[in-house]
Amino acid sequence: MFADFIEQLQRPEWSAALYRHIELSALAVLVGILVSIPLAVAISRSPRIALTTINFTNLGRSVPDIALLAFFLVFLGIGYWTAEAALILLSIPPILINTVTGLNQVDERIIDSARGMGLSGLQILTGVRLPLAAPVVFAGIRTSAVQVVAGATLATFVGGGGLGDPIVEGFSGFDYPTMLAGAIPVAVLAVMTEFLFGGLERMSTPKGLRIAKKKGR
Amino acid sequence: MDNEFSLQEESPPLIDWAWILDHLSGDGGIIQVFLQHLILSLVPVAIAIAISLPIGILAHRKRWLYAPATAITGVLYTIPSLAFFVMLIPIMGIGRPPVLVALTAYSLLILIRNVVTGLDSVPADTKDAARGMGLTERQILFGVEIPLALPVIVAGIRIAIVTVVGIASIADFVGAGGLGDLIFDGISRQFLTPILVGAVLVALIAISADVGLYRVEGRLRPWARRAQKAT
Repeated sequence: MFADFIEQLQRPEWSAALYRHIELSALAVLVGILVSIPLAVAISRSPRIALTTINFTNLGRSVPDIALLAFFLVFLGIGYWTAEAALILLSIPPILINTVTGLNQVDERIIDSARGMGLSGLQILTGVRLPLAAPVVFAGIRTSAVQVVAGATLATFVGGGGLGDPIVEGFSGFDYPTMLAGAIPVAVLAVMTEFLFGGLERMSTPKGLRIAKKKGR
Repeated sequence: MDNEFSLQEESPPLIDWAWILDHLSGDGGIIQVFLQHLILSLVPVAIAIAISLPIGILAHRKRWLYAPATAITGVLYTIPSLAFFVMLIPIMGIGRPPVLVALTAYSLLILIRNVVTGLDSVPADTKDAARGMGLTERQILFGVEIPLALPVIVAGIRIAIVTVVGIASIADFVGAGGLGDLIFDGISRQFLTPILVGAVLVALIAISADVGLYRVEGRLRPWARRAQKAT
């Protein structure tokens, strides 16, 4: 059985599925970042709009991933972009919520002193607020990326491809090696994503914050 | 996408109410898969509570256990649900067993973390006072520490249920039923009504569990309410 499993991993269909899985996930997270961060900057100005958006987004998160894909299937039909659209929507909430939270938890006094030093609003955003919020933002990106890699496994149900393909193919044919050739790599991919983005999260912490943390302040 | 088989005589209504009424009861009906979904999501969380309490208490006392316990359950938590279910099939077969095991595993990280955080939040002074009153370690654990940690533990149960209710929608793929049955039915026929019914009911279970346990959490902090009244 182990030899069969290894044989499955050498099929060109398998490499194509892996490539498609990474493509689906990477694009979704990238678009998610490009949409969420500017949106979060915009809505974080008004606490009321920020709170409403967060509550609304949280409500949306109680819709299961498979239902989200199914909705897009009915309206967009079978194919790559149906899965991609659902995954983009899936990638937004964690980044959006964390960016708003991160921006709003920056100490008011730090912003005041930046203003006192003569920094403009844009300079405060890019030089003070965003760097200080970076660890929280990256934590959101990590959650989002792991969710998207998991969600991309379901892309197969709407004809989007990815490593869900061998899972479904193997399951319907009682063919364990094929099934596991989808399941085990996808599990490894998710765990790798978690560690990779966890590393980015630590690297993104500004030096000053790291020193402060070490001193226990 | 072009669909050669669809006859464009009249556009179908967004929600087919007649379909819902026809499929309410009976085998594989909406009521049945709803109840299946409740079982699929509540049983694993109950099992996970029974496992996490002793592990959490142990990790609270023996600090070195906390890192490996969260690392192992953290990796389990990261495994995508469809992959987790099918990886268990060669061992457990299809149906409910692989789903119950995977969903229990997902709850462990959340629950162990909250049990330890809850126990850590009990002030040392309170424990000292209990010790001074002559309570034994066991009495302190069950009479002081766990009751005081309960709000945080319930908060963990809340997160676990909301997480598991959503994931249980995939359970039908491995033959375990639940509201995913409606969603997969909708997918195979590209028919919106069952998808909507499934999604709304899943969200409904998640939101009611969330709100319900939030209230329970508040009730478990009578001292907080009393303090609020006093000021």
